[in-house]
Amino acid sequence: MSVVARKETLVTTDPNIARPPSNLWRDAAIRFSKNKLAMGALVIVALLVFISIFADVIAPNPNLARPIDARKFPGEAGYVLGTDDVGRDMLKRLVHGARTSLIVGLSVQAIALVIGAILGLSAGFLGGWVDFFVMRVVELFTAIPQLLFALFLISIFGGGLFNVILAIGLIGWVDICRLTRAQLFSLREKEFIEAARTVGVPPLQIAWRHLLPNALTPLIIAVTLGVPIAIFTEAGLSFLGLGINEPTASLGKMVGASSAYIRVYWHMGLLPTLLIALIMLSFSFVGDGLRDALDPRLRK
Amino acid sequence: MVAYIVQRLAGLAFVFILVSIVAFLLMHATPGGPFDEPNMPLPPSAKANILAKYGLDQPLHIQYINYMANALRGDFGYSFSSPTETVAQVIGRTWPISITLGGITVVVALGSGILLGILAAVRQNSPVDYVVTFLATLGLTVPNFVIALWLILIFAVQLKWLPLGGWGDDWRQIIMPMVALGMGPLGIAARYTRASLADVFTSDYIRTARAKGLAEQMVVMRHAVKNALIPIITVLGPRIPDLITGTVFVETMFRVPGLGKFFVESVLDRDYPMIMALMLLIAALWGLVYLLTDLLYTWIDPRVKLT
Repeated sequence: MSVVARKETLVTTDPNIARPPSNLWRDAAIRFSKNKLAMGALVIVALLVFISIFADVIAPNPNLARPIDARKFPGEAGYVLGTDDVGRDMLKRLVHGARTSLIVGLSVQAIALVIGAILGLSAGFLGGWVDFFVMRVVELFTAIPQLLFALFLISIFGGGLFNVILAIGLIGWVDICRLTRAQLFSLREKEFIEAARTVGVPPLQIAWRHLLPNALTPLIIAVTLGVPIAIFTEAGLSFLGLGINEPTASLGKMVGASSAYIRVYWHMGLLPTLLIALIMLSFSFVGDGLRDALDPRLRK
Repeated sequence: MVAYIVQRLAGLAFVFILVSIVAFLLMHATPGGPFDEPNMPLPPSAKANILAKYGLDQPLHIQYINYMANALRGDFGYSFSSPTETVAQVIGRTWPISITLGGITVVVALGSGILLGILAAVRQNSPVDYVVTFLATLGLTVPNFVIALWLILIFAVQLKWLPLGGWGDDWRQIIMPMVALGMGPLGIAARYTRASLADVFTSDYIRTARAKGLAEQMVVMRHAVKNALIPIITVLGPRIPDLITGTVFVETMFRVPGLGKFFVESVLDRDYPMIMALMLLIAALWGLVYLLTDLLYTWIDPRVKLT
């Protein structure tokens, strides 16, 4: 009774002192919306997501090719951005290439999050030999050159969208795992966890209900900042001719294919590189903005 | 100190052996060996002969032990795809090129990155600061093969100032690969120097230095920069193996005949000895650089204790 009464008086005291109720997420949203660079980048990311979802409507038949002798510059013969090396509409290839980048970036982070969070959670929560084992695996993956390992996996399983996502995801979980573990180690000793343990909450429920939500903000930041890295790796693999297979469009592959024509058809290399740069910059700025918004202590 | 180094080296050796085992097992799990049908249509007896020559008919663990015993003596066997050369010879021929390119890049990129970072920190929120921040962001986020293509389009195709690519017949051939390779490390160096220096500027001993009337130049160079550079070492050290093992992308883009090319070719050709040698080389390099970074750190900052 008395608790409820006191609560009411707190809320209804002097309106000059009272502050609308708030939480971490609302505060973060307000801070994020004040960051012009991050907001601009978020708009571009939203636009890219929209284009990716409706790619087939916006740019149907991206694989339709003209005869090879009919390569076109931007603006020529009704092709706004020209054609690629085998005479396919550049604009359509770019739309579908951006979609491939986004699919890879997001799916890789989903895989990395699942592997990294599960391993990190078990290492940090269970400790002991589980922790020892997980940390050795983490060390192993740190010592193996990442690109070589991805190339290697692709040479074993073959290229293609699914395998590329799998290969990059399998090398990308290490940071998330380390971060989750470190978070848990510091949280484990906190009083509220001890309290939960004392009243007999089962360990798994403690991990899920109490530890994970508190470890969430650094994870969200790490996952967002991992998206451009995954996109970069896919573009790199495809650039080397070891990633996405034809006819799926990939920006990295377009750059790789363009180098033979660079003296004449400048647009074949320039356009996909500009789009890669735009995608990478937007995701990085959104990630930086999220970090500043969610963890104001880190702000410079 | 000695105990610490020994302990770290033991840890390194452990990880090194793990890497080698994993790489070895993965390689042999790969469907399709180097002497399989599509590449080499051979009668069975000839094939058995070749397999015996390379020791591929032995049980797996014997192959591994043989390999490691030889590798520790510097003998990585013959490269499958160029059988006239040993792997050590191939690496000996191509790695110096990558080291040259990477070494020059390390010096130029880190040097100018730190310098730009100092400039930006001294003139915070000025146009200089914004230009540096812009460059650093560009270097940090845009992939190096993208920067490479832009450089080629501008300086080789459009302006015709620099050669398109190649290596060894014109000193100007090194400029574009160096810039493309160096933009990332430059960005990191500039960003961390700026942040670290800006942090140092707020400390008491800088206020003291200013209060006793030292020239601003002295305050910055003698007092601030020295201390600001300490944390940067840990960030930049681990970048160095990447640079001197040659990045595949830049070497491909500019047709530099360095080690990077073999990362792709050896994997495509399933050239086991080459892949193994590269994996081990890089794992060892990484481990050593991490250890050296930590040691350098304690040497520069005596407050840090190794445990």
